[in-house]
Amino acid sequence: MRDEEIIERLLGILEELAPEADVRQLKRDVRLRDQLDIDSMDLLNFVIAVDEQFGVDIPERDYPKLRTLNDLVRYVEARLGDGASPEPGSAD
Amino acid sequence: MADFLMPILGADMTEGTVVTWRKQPGERVERGEIIVEVETDKATVEVESFVAGTVEMILVDEGRKVPVGTPLAVIGVEGEQPVASRPAAAVPPPSVAFPAPAPAATKALGARLRASPAAKQLAQELGVELSTVTGTGPEGRITREDVEQATKVLTRPAEEAPDRQTRMRQAIAAAMSRSAREIPHFHLARDIDMSSATAWLAEEDERKPVAERLLYVVLLIKATALALREVPELNGRWIEGRVVENRAVNVGVAISLRGGGLVAPALLGTDRRTLDDLMRGFRDLVQRARAGSLRGLEITEPTITVTNLGEAGADSVFGLIYPPQVALVGFGRMTERAQIYNGEITPRPAITASLSADHRVVDGHRGSLFLGAIDRMLQEPNRL
Repeated sequence: MRDEEIIERLLGILEELAPEADVRQLKRDVRLRDQLDIDSMDLLNFVIAVDEQFGVDIPERDYPKLRTLNDLVRYVEARLGDGASPEPGSAD
Repeated sequence: MADFLMPILGADMTEGTVVTWRKQPGERVERGEIIVEVETDKATVEVESFVAGTVEMILVDEGRKVPVGTPLAVIGVEGEQPVASRPAAAVPPPSVAFPAPAPAATKALGARLRASPAAKQLAQELGVELSTVTGTGPEGRITREDVEQATKVLTRPAEEAPDRQTRMRQAIAAAMSRSAREIPHFHLARDIDMSSATAWLAEEDERKPVAERLLYVVLLIKATALALREVPELNGRWIEGRVVENRAVNVGVAISLRGGGLVAPALLGTDRRTLDDLMRGFRDLVQRARAGSLRGLEITEPTITVTNLGEAGADSVFGLIYPPQVALVGFGRMTERAQIYNGEITPRPAITASLSADHRVVDGHRGSLFLGAIDRMLQEPNRL
């Protein structure tokens, strides 16, 4: 899966969590929590959605690694490379 | 027969709009079954029936806004005479306390119209159908003022109606002003070591599927609920000059809404539910609160409020109680703090728990015991 495709799908998830925000304007190297009004419930819902869409289960101990959009992309990319599989029927 | 009234869905509610009737005349409704959706300033609320029976009449049409306490429908209880065969006097007249128009009521009740000559003349001049006007005169007689009032309502420009956000701020302003005005608050705080709770939670979540993971706020909610068993007066309501203790513990959870504002619906039966069940309920509650779709009991039944502002960065919380509740528990940010543990200074995760309490109901001594009980509960998370 290409970076841009991962980003698009991650932005889609974020858009659902924070519909009031323009996620297309997010800076990729700035902490998401500084750009979006999200709480721990949003974070949990995000992690659940990533699991559903990418087949990537993010353990809690990895949460601190996922501060920015770039962090997320790199993380998902690496985990997909480790053998995690996107949801059945997805583009890849 | 039972009148189904526009409920008071919170201390800040003065009126509500009937959005959708879930039951129609002739349909059976069970106790606890949703009968109508009502829009308040804060949310669209699914309202349950408090009696079982058959819906005999709908008195207020969808789309109409009426004050709290206005009869919305008549429910025939089994074994009772149907409304249609009752004498007209048995049907409650429109309440003078709530003079806003309820045109469907007049039509549905089928009562003979009584109107003063001046009212009839004015109605004719303005083209107002008298059957759509609620009379506030003697025996429900329609007065000239009633016709004028009905005209004002009908012709009120749309732009005068404040938007949802404004109405929410107004509702919060009303409730919090009342709280600050009427309740003699006192505040207590206690730092709580969260080492045991966080370690236990990490272990639990490690072995759970992602969709079943717990958030630590659920531990705080459950600990609060269990602590209320030890200091039950904090689980009360101040009504007409005295405290009424609640048997059920229904912790209301403050939920911030997208775009501003907040609601604090209840996790019903909090003290009796498992952490897993509370977590499922909490997720569902947050989702529905933010979508503006809550249930009546969730709005009317909170017996205490918990607010966890630590997530937003506050170190501690000293909030205002939501009347008629008598207490609010706040949790601040979890941080690593230097603590003396086994004779050594070590960094340990901790939060500051605070209590806002109504001094008419409880004193500082009991409040301190309550915070101590929360602390104790959190040191044994496996027992929550």
